[in-house]
Amino acid sequence: MLAGRSLALAAVVTAACAVLGVGTALLVTRTDLPGRRVFGVLAALPLAVPTYVAGFAWTATVTGFEGFWAAALLLTVCSYPYVFLPAVAALNRTDPGQEEVSRSLGKGPWATLFGVTLRQIRPAVAAGSLLVALYVLSDFGAVSIVRVDTFTRAIFTAFNLGFDRTGALVLSTVLVLLTVLLIGAELTTRTRDARYASTAVRLPVRLRLARWRGPALAGLLAVNGLALGVPAAGLARWLAAGVSRPGSLAEIAAAAGASLSVSLAGTALTMLLALPLGLLTARAPGPVATALDRLTYLAHALPGVVIGLSLVFFAVNVAYPLYQSAWLLALAYATLFLPLAVGAVASAAAQSPPAVEEAARSLGRGPFTVFRTVTLPLTLPGIGAGAALTFLTCMKELPATLLLRPTGMDTLATELWTHTSTAAYAAAAPYAAILVALAAVPTWLLAARTGLTQTGATR
Amino acid sequence: MRKRLSLVLAGTLAGLVSLTACGGSDSDPGKPGDKRLTVYSGRSEALVKPVLEKFEKATGITVDVRYGTTSQMAAQLLEEGKRSPADAFFAQDAGALGAVSKAGLFAVLPAEQLDRVPATYRDANGRWVGVSGRSRVLAYNADQVRAAELPKSVFELTDPKWQGKIGLAPTNGSFQAFVTALRVQHGDAKAREFLTGLKANQPQVREGNVQIVADIDAGTLAVGLVNHYYVYELAKERGGSPDVLKAKLHFFPDGDTGGLVNAAGVGLLERAGTDPDARALVDYLLGTEAQTYFATQTFEYPLAAGVPAAPGLPQLAALEAPKIDLNDLDTLDATVTMIKEAGLA
Repeated sequence: MLAGRSLALAAVVTAACAVLGVGTALLVTRTDLPGRRVFGVLAALPLAVPTYVAGFAWTATVTGFEGFWAAALLLTVCSYPYVFLPAVAALNRTDPGQEEVSRSLGKGPWATLFGVTLRQIRPAVAAGSLLVALYVLSDFGAVSIVRVDTFTRAIFTAFNLGFDRTGALVLSTVLVLLTVLLIGAELTTRTRDARYASTAVRLPVRLRLARWRGPALAGLLAVNGLALGVPAAGLARWLAAGVSRPGSLAEIAAAAGASLSVSLAGTALTMLLALPLGLLTARAPGPVATALDRLTYLAHALPGVVIGLSLVFFAVNVAYPLYQSAWLLALAYATLFLPLAVGAVASAAAQSPPAVEEAARSLGRGPFTVFRTVTLPLTLPGIGAGAALTFLTCMKELPATLLLRPTGMDTLATELWTHTSTAAYAAAAPYAAILVALAAVPTWLLAARTGLTQTGATR
Repeated sequence: MRKRLSLVLAGTLAGLVSLTACGGSDSDPGKPGDKRLTVYSGRSEALVKPVLEKFEKATGITVDVRYGTTSQMAAQLLEEGKRSPADAFFAQDAGALGAVSKAGLFAVLPAEQLDRVPATYRDANGRWVGVSGRSRVLAYNADQVRAAELPKSVFELTDPKWQGKIGLAPTNGSFQAFVTALRVQHGDAKAREFLTGLKANQPQVREGNVQIVADIDAGTLAVGLVNHYYVYELAKERGGSPDVLKAKLHFFPDGDTGGLVNAAGVGLLERAGTDPDARALVDYLLGTEAQTYFATQTFEYPLAAGVPAAPGLPQLAALEAPKIDLNDLDTLDATVTMIKEAGLA
């Protein structure tokens, strides 16, 4: 019953996110849409909005906002960037030559889109969709606020009702089984078509939207309104209605600094682990690589509190000096969010043809030089997308942060939680705003540096 | 290309360096009398931080605090066992203190500290002591419910006239403590019958007391089972007195279980039992300054030092609270099962 509802919710949200994520990605990379760079960054930002903040804002805005479909809407607008970011990265590295050939052979723009472009980015979209499905399984914030009973809610109930750690672990095992099911489903969508990355610095032809420009723009604005506008309006209302105020500027700055440093460290550690794993999956596919890759997804579907408590146990018994240090927190982030990065790196590497590396080797370059001058540049958009995903998700992570942070360290997410749990919404609002604003900066930088939002000439 | 790569590397390095910088507060357990304490607080930072800052100023003892929910902090303490870096656990309800105490992690407190609090609000074995009290109440919307209609006993809420009107937070610790009290006072059969009756009345389930009180004030719920101070918190956030709110408090009379008074309290971990710094903390929390703070800022009932309750509240002694040993509220597992079986969580 609970499992069925969890799976149904995952299915609905994943389908909606795939459509929304790919659609937005196509609009910002393949059309002459005005303001596409800004839309490109905006579309990544919902990841930095904690689902419980979005949930509070929605229930305050729409009366009677509860139940299955409310949860589905909430989770869709919060998690479509999981598909959007890898899709944009994939679109930016497909060789535009293929699309040109297709068009020159008489195929229309739609036939080319479905026959060529979408086939090229399928691994990235599948990886992103899997992340969405797993995120929905592990989410607690949204489902608890709109009151949908899912497995994760049951796990939290077991923890909160009488410190029932055993019961929570039994339920978690069921969650792991559901994850295995989903991972199996995603594996069957993988095929071994040849894919061609763009090796030349050449930009794709942008479609002229012409009379579709208005509707496309309206659509993107509507999505952003739902994903960012409603939470922003909710925060503004909290700020106006309440008299509680956040701590001093120094406290806010300290929380922001702590959030940035642990999230950056978590992202760095995650990328460090993800790079070899992603390359292994893409370049030496086989049972070992697949098993290693799939293993990382299991932790992702588990609620943060389960991973957090496991790491408490691990550190106290095995690595006591690390306990309650920022390093253990970074390790927790890496454990939770590794698949975000591995998926992005692997799909980027899978898309770049191994023949280029082989050619470089045959020309007498050593393996390290080939890695540095060929493999890394080709996978860079994927690395950037993976890092952006990981960073944004680290910034808002709460349960594991509460359990593992160094004593006395406050992050933006913990401050936000502190204030919302005592109904001091006005004090909470600035932390939420800063959380999203700070998340925007690295996203913008990553987007600009890794070609997530290239400018291109319209031809 | 090289430029991009160096940027990525620079970013990574910056992250790692800042991490090392903020990794300074390590988990060194410290020694007794070193003027340093580590406190695990299951009570909210917004409420507890001002008290602990005053304590630091008064005594010169530095306090490192971890904040979390009471149940997660208890789970963390149980997971850490004897190697916990914590000196003290400041919890929101007696049940969590009981669970940690049962695992043998708390030290026995000295009698002169225990005796400052009425026997009802401390552990019989002296392993934790109550700091502030919180009464269960029925919050109601004054436009929808007349005072004469208010139930004398919580058992009346199973009457069909309350159908669809009651707000509950079954996953909230205070609600569970109340159900545990029902089981202690009236036996499992009667408690189960009550929960089943409540479920049949189609209650509106909310995540916590905050949402229940907000919905009662907005008129979307008529009544709700909550702790007494949530109405005061809502008034504080709105910047006014509780008198202007539509949400009002009803204290169940005659020792009805619905009027259970639970305690937020503190226990010292085994190795901090003889630490003068940790004892100073307990002394401070039971002193006039801290007790006055809890009365006027968190609107809870002060349990020591003869401090009166917040204006507008009946005094602690005047409450007709049920006669229950709070130490008996540590059988949460059975309560949980019962709440689940009744279909409420």
